[in-house]
Amino acid sequence: MNTTIMLFLLQDGITNGAIYALLGLALVLVFAVTRVILIPQGEFVTYGALSYAMLATGQVPGTVRLAVAMGLVAFALDLFFARKALHARLVIRSVALNIVFPVALLGLVYALVGPHTPIAVNIALALLIVAAIGLFLYRIAFQPIAHTSVLVLLIASVGCHLALQGLGLVFFGAEGLRGPALSSAAVTAGPLRFTGQSLAVYGLTVGFIVALWLFFGYTKTGKALRATAVNRLGARLVGIRTTLSGQIAFLLASVIGAISGILIVPITTLYYDTGFLIGLKGFIAAIIGGLVSYPLTAVAAIVVGIVEAFSSFYASNFKEVIVFTLILPVLVLRSLAAPQVEEEKD
Amino acid sequence: MSALLSVTDVHIAYGKVEAVRGVSLDVAGNEIVTIIGANGAGKTTLLNAIMGVLPLRGRTTFAGIDMAPLDIEDRVATGLSLVPEHRELFGSMNVEDNLELGAFRIAKAVAATSLERVYALFPRLKERRKQLAGTLSGGEQQMLAMGRALMGAPKLLMLDEPSLGLAPIIVADIFRIVGELRSAGVSVLLVEQNAQAALQIADRAYVMELGEFVLSGTAKDIAANKGVAASYLGFQHEGESAI
Repeated sequence: MNTTIMLFLLQDGITNGAIYALLGLALVLVFAVTRVILIPQGEFVTYGALSYAMLATGQVPGTVRLAVAMGLVAFALDLFFARKALHARLVIRSVALNIVFPVALLGLVYALVGPHTPIAVNIALALLIVAAIGLFLYRIAFQPIAHTSVLVLLIASVGCHLALQGLGLVFFGAEGLRGPALSSAAVTAGPLRFTGQSLAVYGLTVGFIVALWLFFGYTKTGKALRATAVNRLGARLVGIRTTLSGQIAFLLASVIGAISGILIVPITTLYYDTGFLIGLKGFIAAIIGGLVSYPLTAVAAIVVGIVEAFSSFYASNFKEVIVFTLILPVLVLRSLAAPQVEEEKD
Repeated sequence: MSALLSVTDVHIAYGKVEAVRGVSLDVAGNEIVTIIGANGAGKTTLLNAIMGVLPLRGRTTFAGIDMAPLDIEDRVATGLSLVPEHRELFGSMNVEDNLELGAFRIAKAVAATSLERVYALFPRLKERRKQLAGTLSGGEQQMLAMGRALMGAPKLLMLDEPSLGLAPIIVADIFRIVGELRSAGVSVLLVEQNAQAALQIADRAYVMELGEFVLSGTAKDIAANKGVAASYLGFQHEGESAI
């Protein structure tokens, strides 16, 4: 093989790997804090990407109406669970978060949407929409069963994935969409051409990893999230609301998912169900990292991206097979190395 | 008397089995109260239920507030704090992070002075402040658990078996510190199997057996009670049966 092709494939692999790394990190984060294996992560990707693409064509994406509807359900749940001790502060907070925020967002989308809306505004709107959906998804589907086993949470997670994917078909149709690139600039280095888009991918991935590291290492909220992951009872005993930690984790995961989607939708056409496969690759990276290690997950994600690039060149029919087979030796090794673990009881 | 903590006719059940039956107790401000009793008497269950970790039937008020509708996090905010039997530290985080999280509900400026106070109380924690909590010795972990609870500026500290599994010299140290908390304005509800040590520092005591209080009174009276002495303090008096 010649070096130029190899460099191209590497470049391609690293670009995709960076996206998988973002998704993998979000999965590890959510699992650590809530014990939910976030299968709907892929839907955050598609919702972000396709909402952005639709906004760019001047249409209002259905996702914003979904956000309003989910907000209403979340509000009803808040009231129902607090019915024994309903105080004004709680109700005001719930109204602000679950009603005012999504309705304001809806208004904002209708006010700003148009074929000439700047890209940055469209991105911000798409991110807010998906952030709201992520937040409400936790409130509706996971918070009421937060104390159950990992298996129950996983089944709920699969259910959310199927529901969101079906809604995706309703909102975006069966045809794929592409969004406008963030920047049309390009840099040439030797045989390689770096588009502004791929540079944005690298920059944002590195930026996010650094930001997450600072957040978890140095802020009170970040430390509280880590504490929840390490010891839920201990966290509650110092007054950390584990439900709030769960909400923050889902918020971060949905924003990360949406950003990943917005980053790739100018490169490849995305369909309503593409997110699942992309999310799965992030999941493989997270599994290789044992669902606990952030650095290992990031490295594994790059490896997954590179393997995918090379296998699509040499055996494109088997591309997915080869990528997903990667997980087998890892699982075997891990099961041999790790002692038997009993599931924690709550 | 308006008690700081008041528990009235509390029942706690695991499924159909009642582990605690009709227990009432109160703790006043600046008071150290101990609950002594054998393994399995229901002491830990009672503390956990007061904190909200387990559901209970009955009435609990703390600082005049009805605890029933509050969950653990809200009870912490009212100034009630539990150092649980298994300590529940954040093992993969360092000592200082553990302590700072103890002040999660407290303003930053207040937390800084609390940290100084905790370090003054437990100089060992200051030496080890960058060490991971999971790598500390048992005694140090107990100190850290108490320090973390004190960081939240509690009005009442509930300690569950602080001496469990610790060397006698460290136990003495911990009990000395518990005694000092009173001068800092913190009341203590202490659950202990080490009845002798507990009765020495406590003002009042309750004796628990099979989910019920069988005896209560000043610590001095309880320590002098012959039945208690036979059952819990390891003394044998002739012609006396257990309580």
